[in-house]
Amino acid sequence: MSYFLQQLINGLTLGAIYGLIAIGYTMVYGIIGMINFAHGDIYMIGAFISLITFFVLGAVGVTWVPLALALVLVSAMGFTAVYGWTVERVAYRPLRGSFRLAPLISAIGMSIFLQNYVQLLQGARVKTLPPIIVGGYQLMESNGFVVQISHLQIIIMLVTVALMAGFSFMIAATPLGRAQRACEQDLTMAALLGIDVDRTISATFVIGAVLAAVAGTLVTLYYGAIDFFIGFLAGLKAFTAAVLGGIGSLPGAVLGGMLIGLIESLWSGYFSAAYKDVAVFGILILVLVFRPAGLLGRPEVEKV
Amino acid sequence: MGAGARAKDSALAAFIACVLAIPLVGFDINTAGSLTIVETRFGWVAIAVAGVFVGRLGLGFLPRRQLSFEPLGIAVFLNRNIRPLAWCGLAAAVIWPFLPFSSNYLVDLATNVLIYIMLGWGLNVVVGLAGLLDLGYAAFYAVGAYSFALFAQDFDLSFWQALPISGLLAACAGVLLGFPVLRLRGDYLAIVTLGFGEIVRIILRNWSSLTGGPNGINNIPRPSLFGLVFAAGAPPGKTTFAQFFGISFDPGHRLIFLYFVILALALATNFITLRLRRLPIGRAWEALREDEIACRAIGINPTTVKLSAFGTGALLAGFAGAFFATRLGFISPESFTFQESATVVAIVVLGGRGSQLGVVLAAVVLVTLPEFGREIGQFRMLFFGAAMVAIMIWRPRGLLALRAPSIQIAEPAREAAE
Repeated sequence: MSYFLQQLINGLTLGAIYGLIAIGYTMVYGIIGMINFAHGDIYMIGAFISLITFFVLGAVGVTWVPLALALVLVSAMGFTAVYGWTVERVAYRPLRGSFRLAPLISAIGMSIFLQNYVQLLQGARVKTLPPIIVGGYQLMESNGFVVQISHLQIIIMLVTVALMAGFSFMIAATPLGRAQRACEQDLTMAALLGIDVDRTISATFVIGAVLAAVAGTLVTLYYGAIDFFIGFLAGLKAFTAAVLGGIGSLPGAVLGGMLIGLIESLWSGYFSAAYKDVAVFGILILVLVFRPAGLLGRPEVEKV
Repeated sequence: MGAGARAKDSALAAFIACVLAIPLVGFDINTAGSLTIVETRFGWVAIAVAGVFVGRLGLGFLPRRQLSFEPLGIAVFLNRNIRPLAWCGLAAAVIWPFLPFSSNYLVDLATNVLIYIMLGWGLNVVVGLAGLLDLGYAAFYAVGAYSFALFAQDFDLSFWQALPISGLLAACAGVLLGFPVLRLRGDYLAIVTLGFGEIVRIILRNWSSLTGGPNGINNIPRPSLFGLVFAAGAPPGKTTFAQFFGISFDPGHRLIFLYFVILALALATNFITLRLRRLPIGRAWEALREDEIACRAIGINPTTVKLSAFGTGALLAGFAGAFFATRLGFISPESFTFQESATVVAIVVLGGRGSQLGVVLAAVVLVTLPEFGREIGQFRMLFFGAAMVAIMIWRPRGLLALRAPSIQIAEPAREAAE
């Protein structure tokens, strides 16, 4: 029981991070119907920028942890947002109106480009960050097994919940959110009604990148080790989360992320850690085959 | 745009480049033991910013880009003279190992190029003809390689006996995966094949009792020429190639033999695809690529048609995999990563989906690029990623594809958006 509880906590932490990345996939898909394959690499870039900022702050002497954390978060979000915007502007916007697979191929090219870009500039080896937030609480103890929740895990979950809340508010009650919902329903009609479609799409990519940057920062803190390839697997899992929750649906992305995190940690806790990724991809295939609309999504109607 | 506006636009682009470059280009983090050294490279940032400014300014003087399906002039020329060009290429390929400047290294390099040409032609059936984006092609390549290695080792089959089996097993894997997922829409299918590729690789890495795990499989038998083995000394009951022809042993003989094996396999692939393309099934593939709904309306069953394309592609990948295994004598899961699939997809996309000649040119460029120096090799994938984006923007059908759509509606979505 206590072992289960521990895996539950670990799984939810992981799931929160997947959820943050999955929102980026689901929003972009909702609006322009493309899989932003490079989104995982945007998350990787966010992680790298946060790591670099940590070391730069350390070099200039900012060592008070709360201030350093805040600055790192702001820097990662800001710089990654520009990356997200640029990727959309360079690789996707010129392709609107092209054939269906063109944006996906372009996105794969972008993903390969970003990975090699970071690898060439920052090296292929794993970068490590010493633990910055340590300590935690003991929740319970039974049969000598201690269930722990670290401060960092609490922070990760709190940040995720806060971002979700702020974000849902933005979608529901601000002009930008309204424009996004309109674009999601019908791009042409939204444009006819005076919505700047290009700007709304750009904003969507920026928001996705910001959330991915937060996820990247949290992962850097949590695992303390990143390399240029982390975006591939994390992106694939977050995409699975988005599909599982129902692509296009925001609560679905978070729910899917949590489920994927739980499945992954319970699977490695009870079966085998070696096959945890197989479990996740197996779920992706099963969901797409049997319930392509996901848990919370609307079924897609094919128009002729 | 006036000169002032153009300068302003370029300055804006340069500013964005500056923001992009500062964190990742501007700082270099070196962890040496417990010590971390932060170095600054602001000179590089300045170069990047200047480059973007000038580039953007230069781009402004070009005529405004239109989404174009018009083929390039060179593509028209090449396609008009495709037959003589193909025969010249074939002749060059046949005499390649016997040219005066030819060496073991050059023959080996050409073998490598031919493997990618064969993979590219195989994937061209799936991506180019049927229009299904397969991001897990390396999985079928792996199935072919591993089934060849296992059959050759455990059942003592020769290369020529095991080759069809590995192809068929790879095709089975393709059909097995394809059957449930081919109903999916194009982009979902791409991601699912990607996931499948990863699943296969993870299984290969962890099923140690069968596949040797991360260590892979060693000592895979080499192919023989009608029973003549390529070795310095003949194993009991066998004759070596050198003994049979009464010449002295030269390790280069085997390389040349392997080269001709892959040349034959690649040519067979090309022949099969070109023939299939003229059969009803090939016509159905191409029709499906252009419009799935219209195909259904005229009574083509999309699932079986797609399945046949998928299976054919997997079969060809399986053959290539078997050759890969016998050529190196060693395979491990790390030869079949997503990078491998992405490389083959890049070859097909850059060359022109559906263009056999384009695949050849793209494969030659891609495989020989790292040979010009380690620095260039490092930039290879960077260049290919950027090229994939650029090709999608400028020539969505690839550099050498000629087949324009027979009817085209004037971009309604774009006009409305602007």
